[in-house]
Amino acid sequence: MTVTWATHEAAYFDRSTPYVPGAAVLDHEIAPREGWSGVVRAGHVLTLVDVGGNQSGDCLIYDAADHDVRYSAQATLVAQRHAYLVDGSVLRSNEGDPLMTIVGNEVDRQDTIGGACSKESNTLRYGHHTLFHHACRENFLLEGARHGLGPRDLVSNINWFMNVPVEADGTLGIVDGMSAPGKRVALRAERDVLVVISNCPQVNNPCNDFNPTPLRVIVTDPAVEA
Amino acid sequence: MTDDRGAGRRSSTATLAQARDDARGRADTAVEAMPYLPPASSPYAPADVDPSTLVWAETVAGPGYTHMTVARGTRIRLEDVTGDACAHVVVLSALNPGERLNVADTQKIPWQAYLGAGHPLLSGDGRVLATVVADAAGGRHDAFCGVTTLAGNVERYGAGAAHTATAAGRELLLLAAAKEGLTARDIPPSVSFFKGVRVAADGSLEWTGDGGAGATVDLVAEMPLTLLVANAAHPLDPAEGYRTGPLRVHGWAAAASSPSDPWWTATPERTRAYLNTDQHLLARGIR
Ligand SMILES: [Zn+2]
Repeated sequence: MTVTWATHEAAYFDRSTPYVPGAAVLDHEIAPREGWSGVVRAGHVLTLVDVGGNQSGDCLIYDAADHDVRYSAQATLVAQRHAYLVDGSVLRSNEGDPLMTIVGNEVDRQDTIGGACSKESNTLRYGHHTLFHHACRENFLLEGARHGLGPRDLVSNINWFMNVPVEADGTLGIVDGMSAPGKRVALRAERDVLVVISNCPQVNNPCNDFNPTPLRVIVTDPAVEA
Repeated sequence: MTDDRGAGRRSSTATLAQARDDARGRADTAVEAMPYLPPASSPYAPADVDPSTLVWAETVAGPGYTHMTVARGTRIRLEDVTGDACAHVVVLSALNPGERLNVADTQKIPWQAYLGAGHPLLSGDGRVLATVVADAAGGRHDAFCGVTTLAGNVERYGAGAAHTATAAGRELLLLAAAKEGLTARDIPPSVSFFKGVRVAADGSLEWTGDGGAGATVDLVAEMPLTLLVANAAHPLDPAEGYRTGPLRVHGWAAAASSPSDPWWTATPERTRAYLNTDQHLLARGIR
């Protein structure tokens, strides 16, 4: 049976405000379980708001003018010699150059190791009965298709508001998040970039606190007064 | 880079006959990095392998690259001859290159970030592309850092193009991909053998070094498989200069993993990954 999830409103939701002031370019709420994609112009700042708390926003980034140049988790981690994304982390392409920079971050650390959930990996992690659960890879493929992207363009992604510790013996996995309603991360585009976000539909692990909630995407232009 | 002592002007090449003789006289020059054909003739055939089963034998220059499409059940041994090689590997299904190495799933599904014996190299499609079936390199491998880039190597070493002595791993993978009919889109995050990295308690990436001269790692292809291999310095190698050495590769006809192998049942997640793989091939009539 296909698992569905009711879009809902809750008293604890906090839609917060843009992290960086400036003219509003875009303001969109990604409903639970849905995908979103859009081009963020160089210099603009994308604020992602964790409206309901501990909601993973799976994210891929491409050079808007050349999709072969795309986010590389490995190039990003090597350059900072650190396994987690924090305030100031530069999100780099597979050629090593900056795509976006984290200019604001209200959770301890952000993940780029854990990857996206998929119907296929759900069968490995939780059993074959989960094959028909909706997943981030589905959102990536559908949003990507709007821009000519396919499976060959999916790479290790960022999971905003998701918590993936690595223990001394190499054990790693997704545990309870460290975020809360209204927490934000803000990304400045270092060039024109295509951003693809899956509001993670996963209900078999704690990445969404087993309760998918909305994400708010706000893009502001700091060079223009609001 | 291997020095080809046969290269350069050796005799007169003014006429076609002289030029042909000169060209033909260059063969039979043995250098450190070269393929061995037929593979059974490899001077370095592994002692535990019947040479008649070899399907691939070569020494890859450092820096250098190789690529091969192999049958299901092919066992591939990589050897870090001097302790200075680093094998950056991408594997893709030869049936559908859109199914390729997914480093995140390779770490997340087994709940284990560090590669070692029995570790599956998973695709994004819930299947096992290849299994690390033996590790004689002390776990000195890395799935966090990937390859160096052209711009990065120009900055650190002064050059990073594929033909230079300080080639970037990514430039080499781009060439390996092109030879298999693939493009930049087909190069996802890669895994690195023979150079180790660990995550410290504070999240920093720590270098753990090499597995020593003669370190080996064995992979088994669990489906028809395309391998892209760049032998290039690891991005976190602290050596002052560009560190590289020859990488030896031997492949032979063996068997894909089966339920009798300990890694098949090591964790429930892996068992289901092998089951998915077997069903995928069963439907296509591939045994
Ligand atoms: Zn997800």
